[in-house]
Amino acid sequence: MNSQATAETSDAPADVLIIGAGASGAAMAWSLADTRMRIVCLEQGAMPNPLSYPATGRDWEARRQGDFSGSPNQRQRPSDYPIVESDSPIKVVNFNGVGGGTVLYAAHFPRFHPSDFCVRSLDGVADDWPIDYNTLAPYYSENDRMMGTSGLAGDPAYPSDNAERMPPLPLGKSGETLAKGFNKLNWHWWPSDVAIATQPHDGRDKCINLGACAAGCAQGAKASTDITYWPHAIRAGVELRTRCRVREITVGDDGMATGVIYYDGDGTEHELRAHVVVLACNGVGTPRILLNSKSAAHPDGLANSSGLVGKNLMFHPYASIMGVFEEELDGYKGPTKIFRSQEFYETDPGRDFIRGYTFEIFRGQAPVASALVGLQRGRIPWGAGHHKAFRELFKHTAGMVAACEDLPEEHNRVTLHPNLKDGDGIPAPKIDYTLSENSLKMMDHAIAKGTEVLQAAGATEIYTEAPISNGGWHLLGTARMGTDPRTSVVNEWGRSHDVKNLFVVDGSIFVTSAGVNPTRTIQALALYVAEQMKQRLANLFD
Amino acid sequence: MTETLFSDNEVRALEIIVDMIIPASAEHELPSASDPVIFADILSAANAHHDLVTAALSTLDRVAYDSQGRGFLAVDQGLRDAIVAAFRQAHPNEADLLATITVTCYYRDDRVMRSHGMEARAPHPAGFTVEEGDWSLLDPVRNRPEFYRKAT
Repeated sequence: MNSQATAETSDAPADVLIIGAGASGAAMAWSLADTRMRIVCLEQGAMPNPLSYPATGRDWEARRQGDFSGSPNQRQRPSDYPIVESDSPIKVVNFNGVGGGTVLYAAHFPRFHPSDFCVRSLDGVADDWPIDYNTLAPYYSENDRMMGTSGLAGDPAYPSDNAERMPPLPLGKSGETLAKGFNKLNWHWWPSDVAIATQPHDGRDKCINLGACAAGCAQGAKASTDITYWPHAIRAGVELRTRCRVREITVGDDGMATGVIYYDGDGTEHELRAHVVVLACNGVGTPRILLNSKSAAHPDGLANSSGLVGKNLMFHPYASIMGVFEEELDGYKGPTKIFRSQEFYETDPGRDFIRGYTFEIFRGQAPVASALVGLQRGRIPWGAGHHKAFRELFKHTAGMVAACEDLPEEHNRVTLHPNLKDGDGIPAPKIDYTLSENSLKMMDHAIAKGTEVLQAAGATEIYTEAPISNGGWHLLGTARMGTDPRTSVVNEWGRSHDVKNLFVVDGSIFVTSAGVNPTRTIQALALYVAEQMKQRLANLFD
Repeated sequence: MTETLFSDNEVRALEIIVDMIIPASAEHELPSASDPVIFADILSAANAHHDLVTAALSTLDRVAYDSQGRGFLAVDQGLRDAIVAAFRQAHPNEADLLATITVTCYYRDDRVMRSHGMEARAPHPAGFTVEEGDWSLLDPVRNRPEFYRKAT
């Protein structure tokens, strides 16, 4: 399935060179494949093997702290690069391999709302996007077909859509218990759209409730792009080269990108020339490459005349609100996310913060996670009381996390560390990030409201955490899109203002973060940019 | 016996402390974390973190010396609770490491899993059954008018 880089293939220029085989790179590759152009994708990691995923073994929870940790600094695979994050209260979560972050994500798959694209106009903060919800709507639908989405139409928190959905995930005991709490308060809730097949879909089997979504889905029911877009893209002729880590994008005298320098799995340096270069490396990896692509003509990095490459990093600060219940719940069985609530999603002038958040309802925990969280909170003691306390928590805990909208601030940024480098000698990214007053107030509100609904649902104990420190799942905003080259890095269809054959399609181009998981929007954007490229092939560089 | 990178004294100290983290329970018919099968698993897991575990055990020994003038193994059993409490108080990260390794191995033991109502197996390939639940609970929300914010 994969092909290794060779001198012969390296010498042949690609029509389109995509860097990164994750959520957006896969969608871009598949969409462009019908042009019959020569498309090459370089991915620093390997093709995952679902048969080796943790859920196939008894040690699966231990491996979530090791080779399947979400933290690259903890995982330390050869494909990982270190990230300096001591100056950030939120730590980066990613996965470097074909599928990228979709290999480890929970597959909670909401769309943005119409209001998310115009926060400046509506609320006077941040900036409006140069595109709107209706522009992306057909690409959301196209992506839903490719990824396979489950859920339920009719959510009053959203405009109606024509998404193809499989039936929703089971509500289960945990969902029933918590839904009753939301109903008591007359608050909104709705079964989550998830990128998890609840019926056989496109050669993938249906979910069998392994409960290990965040450690890779051994069943193949969860839509990671290694098993959704990539098989189609490869069959259509896209060349995917794994274990190829890009160091920099090269630029010619005419200011156009000429290709990349990369290292193969043996550390051998290669040059691959290309007519078009597409970055799809997430909100940390993309600015890392751009900032490392320095030259006399681009001393501050490539595509950075605005000075905004790496700036405006947004995470989604997450708050966790968990309750303990007397009745037995689902515990370790089933996908962790059940339903969402957007009761507090839109801006309310009566609150002391702008914008809002989504509650993602959490089904329960496996035994090791239950024990570790109980120990960390001091709820499970060392010694004789251990067993009683564990029994009170295990299969009796459920709750929610709040995905809070993070607004862009230039001081939240990705830079290159002056000393630390990865295994190929490429500088490591450094994260500088502080939580805004708005985010802190929003998380306080989420904790108060989450506590209220858990009490309404019958929780006897409630535990909270904000922010979730190991919760930097969403990496956004560091090469933002816009129509003004002074205030944005790429234009309204993803092309660099500075380098006219360089595109960015990952979460870097987000102008604002919304209060929802971003993957569905990242992929819709990639499909939208691909379509723009196809429609403009005759004058793509004008 | 699991091959180990640890000295005999380190193995003995680890055995004692994992038993203090999770002792046996007659009431629940559960083994201690120092049960031979579970401890062999713990020792194997600890090998992967050898330097950190050795450092933690060394710290534990130093805490014992500071308070009792003797190493952890030489201290009477009745005094070990106070030493471990001081160790956890002053060195929480090292204590957490030992606890993490202990519970990670303990809760994948066949007997322990069965005691908590689980089948002693990996999640895949059999998976699990989750009740569908009562979707009529959604009726009040279905009847709610659209409330998303219009954007023009």
